[in-house]
Amino acid sequence: MNTGSGDRTGVAGGACSGTPWRDPKQQPFIEVRSLTKRFGDFTAVNNIDLHIYRGELFTILGGSGCGKSTLLRMLAGFEEPSEGRILIDGLDITDMPPYERPVNMMFQSYAVFPHMTVEQNIAYGLKKEKLPRDTVRQRVKEMLELVQLPELARRKPQQLSGGQQQRVALARALIKRPKVLLLDEPLAALDKKLREQTQFELMNLQDQLGITFVVVTHDQEEAMTLATRIAVMRAGSFVQIGTPSEVYEFPRNLYVADFFGSINIFDATVISWENQDITVELDGTGTRIQTRHPKTLASGSRCQVGIRPEKVLISKKPPEGAGQTVTRGVVQDLAYYGNRSIYRVRSEAGRVIQVSAQNYQRSAELLLEWDDEVFLSWDSSCSVVMTE
Amino acid sequence: MTVIANPGKRDRLWRTIVISLPYAWLLLFFLAPFAIVFKISFADPLVAQPPFTPFFDWAADSGDRLLATLDNYRFLLEDKLYWVSYLKSIKIAFVSTLLCLLLGFPMAYAIALTPYPWRNFLLLLVILPFWTSFLLRVYAWMIMLGKQGLINNLLVSSGIVDKPLQLLYTDGAVYLGIVYTYVPFMILPLYATLERLDPDVHEVAADLGAHPLQVFRDITLPLARPGIIAGCLLVFIPALGEYVIPALLGGLDSLMIGRTLYDEFFVNRDWPLASAVAVVLLFILILPIMLFQRMQQEVES
Ligand SMILES: Nc1ncnc2c1ncn2[C@@H]1O[C@H](COP(=O)(O)OP(=O)(O)OP(=O)(O)O)[C@@H](O)[C@H]1O
Ligand SMILES: [Mg+2]
Repeated sequence: MNTGSGDRTGVAGGACSGTPWRDPKQQPFIEVRSLTKRFGDFTAVNNIDLHIYRGELFTILGGSGCGKSTLLRMLAGFEEPSEGRILIDGLDITDMPPYERPVNMMFQSYAVFPHMTVEQNIAYGLKKEKLPRDTVRQRVKEMLELVQLPELARRKPQQLSGGQQQRVALARALIKRPKVLLLDEPLAALDKKLREQTQFELMNLQDQLGITFVVVTHDQEEAMTLATRIAVMRAGSFVQIGTPSEVYEFPRNLYVADFFGSINIFDATVISWENQDITVELDGTGTRIQTRHPKTLASGSRCQVGIRPEKVLISKKPPEGAGQTVTRGVVQDLAYYGNRSIYRVRSEAGRVIQVSAQNYQRSAELLLEWDDEVFLSWDSSCSVVMTE
Repeated sequence: MTVIANPGKRDRLWRTIVISLPYAWLLLFFLAPFAIVFKISFADPLVAQPPFTPFFDWAADSGDRLLATLDNYRFLLEDKLYWVSYLKSIKIAFVSTLLCLLLGFPMAYAIALTPYPWRNFLLLLVILPFWTSFLLRVYAWMIMLGKQGLINNLLVSSGIVDKPLQLLYTDGAVYLGIVYTYVPFMILPLYATLERLDPDVHEVAADLGAHPLQVFRDITLPLARPGIIAGCLLVFIPALGEYVIPALLGGLDSLMIGRTLYDEFFVNRDWPLASAVAVVLLFILILPIMLFQRMQQEVES
């Protein structure tokens, strides 16, 4: 579960500054216009529109088979779109062959050249650019260090582990310093430590070289830490595009909400909506919640209300203060994780609500025990109303 | 049941058997006959049964019982006829192998890129000619290439030439026959390697800036190498000793070593000389194989 996301847009001072996607005057660097790819009857990518700005680290997130690789392959030029156009820096590249595109891609399958050493693999792209030998050697050396493979430079791919091959593939794509770098699950086979290091290196490269990254992943935590923006993809279409905090705190629907961490969901009915202020009534308990919702919803229509576990406060005494949603319950289950604990509380209405609490007191004894009677409360404005 | 109680021992026994089988095969059907031929190549011809002198003469009174002689090899070196037919054979086998490669590579690649079930159909077409007799097919070519044959008739009736061309009994006909016969042996191993190539690897090369021709040179060709070598050996070796095709389709000057060998054995009945011809032929064949193996080892290390 991911608590507190790192929204990098505020911190990263590098190539992509600010929030260009909120500025309608900004020119997108990669522009995808109603892109569709059909394989026979099957539509793998369905009418996608996408703007990615210079220097972004854009991640595409989605379940297996939702069309992520297909989209990337169209950007790289290996799959011909059934419909739609692709522009990079204002130039229409839809009909350009892969070897002419200012784009490099790291394949999900690694596809390391089996007859070349690690070094030769990494150098291949630069050799095609006819750069002087010394430059090539220097840049290969830098890349080998970056992906921590200098000792294996002379090895053949058959003598490498999966993670090492993945790093070769990554280095081979990075070394070209293209305008756009497409990475298809670049870190999936790396162990946690190496993955975190490489994530940082990727972010550094993005800042230093101003490369625009499009990264496919199905690891939501990775998307959160890396991305300037995340696109959540499902069955060939984007469900939501937004900054990590947007998709986490303001998920458009249940699919997105569920994708990032866990969330408590309640069925509810809309009581009123006016100028983004919405009142809903939870089924069963009749509890009314006031929060904000951007889209008009008719009174009486059905919706869902979600609340993240870490937004719920758990206490033995009744909470004070206005604007709170409060419910009573009994601790049914608890799990201690050191820095925090997860409680599963059965509410009066018979629902199980998950709560994540920071353990900010130091104690060898558990502060709350099984079967303790507790109060759950949360700021009503933390509730998110979702339709679908 | 002590055998089962010691599976390591039994495994080792099996391994020994499995490994020694091909060796036994080679020993029985290659090395033993070769030893006989090798022995005969040091003898003198005789009008007798068998038609050559023995290696040792046990009955000889003097101490000089060894009858072996290098005369046959000396004769091979001295008579230009043998040089000419060896060189001609090498040239025809080499050029035919090259033609088979040039023809077979695109065909094998096309088959490897064809989706199923069409691929199986194309493979079937490659093997199909083997279902009729080889001799029959060569005779068919004789009929087609003849003065009154299909090809000449077409050429004359369409006005491309005035009178029929001499197609049969030429080197061209020999090349045609050999390439036609052996191209499947090139296609099949090539197909087997090309089919296993990872398409992603080609796409990566293109992605890194390689033009289609560069992709072919840098990726496809080196990865197809084992198939190319296997195919070339499978064509070159039988083509070098080919007898039937030059005998039926070739002219008088298409004198290949197979023909010379046949003539020595059955026309001149000079078994020792024929054996010497065969021994030299074998060494000519072993040479390229060893070269290829050397190259292979260099690539691997
Ligand atoms: N060449 C093809 N022919 C037919 N269908 C294809 C082809 N390539 C992909 N598909 C289908 O398109 C869909 C999307 O595939 P894609 O590879 O883009 O998925 P993905 O999102 O990358 O999945 P994963 O996370 O497992 O890599 C899949 O259902 C796949 O079966
Ligand atoms: Mg994929």
